[in-house]
Amino acid sequence: MAEISVVLPQHLQTLARVPSREVSIAVEGVVTVRAILDGIEARFPQLRGTIRDHGTNKRRPFVRFFACEEDWSHASPDDPLPAAVAEGREAFLVVGAMAGG
Amino acid sequence: MSAVRVLVGTRKGAFILSSDGARRSWEVSGPHFAGWEIYHLKGSPVDPDRIYVSQGSGWFGQQMQRSDDGGRTFNPIGNAFQYDGVPGTHQTFDGTPHPWEFKRVWHLEPSLSDPDTVYAGVQDAAMFRTTDGGASWHELSGLRTHGSGYRWQPGAGGLCLHTILLHPSNPGRIVIAISAAGAFRSDDGGTTWKAINKGLVSDGIPDPDAEVGHCVHHIASHRSRPDVLFMQKHWHVMRSDNGGDVWTKVSGNLPTDFGFAIDVHAHEPETIYVVPIKSDSEHFPLDGKLRVYRSRTGGHEWEPLAKGLPEKDCYVNVLRDAMAVDTLDACGIYFGTTGGQVYASPDGGDSWSAIVRDLPPVLSVEVQTLP
Repeated sequence: MAEISVVLPQHLQTLARVPSREVSIAVEGVVTVRAILDGIEARFPQLRGTIRDHGTNKRRPFVRFFACEEDWSHASPDDPLPAAVAEGREAFLVVGAMAGG
Repeated sequence: MSAVRVLVGTRKGAFILSSDGARRSWEVSGPHFAGWEIYHLKGSPVDPDRIYVSQGSGWFGQQMQRSDDGGRTFNPIGNAFQYDGVPGTHQTFDGTPHPWEFKRVWHLEPSLSDPDTVYAGVQDAAMFRTTDGGASWHELSGLRTHGSGYRWQPGAGGLCLHTILLHPSNPGRIVIAISAAGAFRSDDGGTTWKAINKGLVSDGIPDPDAEVGHCVHHIASHRSRPDVLFMQKHWHVMRSDNGGDVWTKVSGNLPTDFGFAIDVHAHEPETIYVVPIKSDSEHFPLDGKLRVYRSRTGGHEWEPLAKGLPEKDCYVNVLRDAMAVDTLDACGIYFGTTGGQVYASPDGGDSWSAIVRDLPPVLSVEVQTLP
């Protein structure tokens, strides 16, 4: 079991009711985007549907994923993330795109 | 002493405005859910402390919240709105088919008898219901699969189900409206539906008897005569005396019969209110003068109500769900504007004042009259 550091956007921090944007998510097995999102939704059920759609699990258009300064938004959700994320040395970033008013 | 709670949904959060029965001084609470679009919030008529909220964001989608203490605290509830089966297609603006896609909840209508039951009108147009206080939502798919569904087209705001009227004495009867499909009625609690648009005439629809395609903006009724319906259509104010079977135009002497909001006095079932808006594209009051128009005759004859409202340089809009009434002896009328003002009249519309002036654009206004 790995403890992954995840940084949430401010609105999701509020919705999750946590004191910091950075949260720890437990992931079992290979650390992938899908595994992290599963872990986020397991710990914070109220975030279901906010990062990826109900049912299809498709990433919402204005949400992006970053790891080790790389954009993972368009990668396969089942690709293994860098070791630095899997080992908890770097955070996995969930970012709300800068758009709109 | 009685009290009033005004529930205001805005582009950037929810606000709760509270007053005693005198309605002279108001306390403003909020923003709740700051930064989120609050399309609608509404309290249960059975348990006024139970308030349901539609909270949304272009980034993070649809959230739902519920308060069990009159809006002091809220907790997230279920936010999964899955269409039944393979949703099929409706039409886009250009007439080409487009798959049904859930976007947001426009309107929440709590049951008249059960605080755990709520109806939700959504975009793309469909009706959902919860019977467990919002934990789960299930589509009443007989509406969307009504034979005309594949021909429904969106209005400028999207293909939205924005109006839900529950019949107080006939639990099976539900009237809803969709922009720009029209009005529909169920007489079996939402299982099956029929279009109720006879008598509606809309520019751009060559067939005056078209079953669907009418841009209904809002419908209101009085609880003592729930089969008398008043409609603000894109153009024309209409009424039906038979639950929507036939509509007749009652625009009468209105300076323009375009508008969005319409409501009925709490104690006078033939007294109705609209806010005429200049259109087709301006969507602000005529001549910069914000005026509510009142008919005491169920339509046809209208009088302007201007006392306390801006007499010049006012270019706001009043959206379809942004007018409501209280049920105090001297009926209070309330409406919110896209300029962030919420106006109240404690005397049935004779005089007005702003409860609050500088909120984000107001999307919806609901009123709870409390003991």
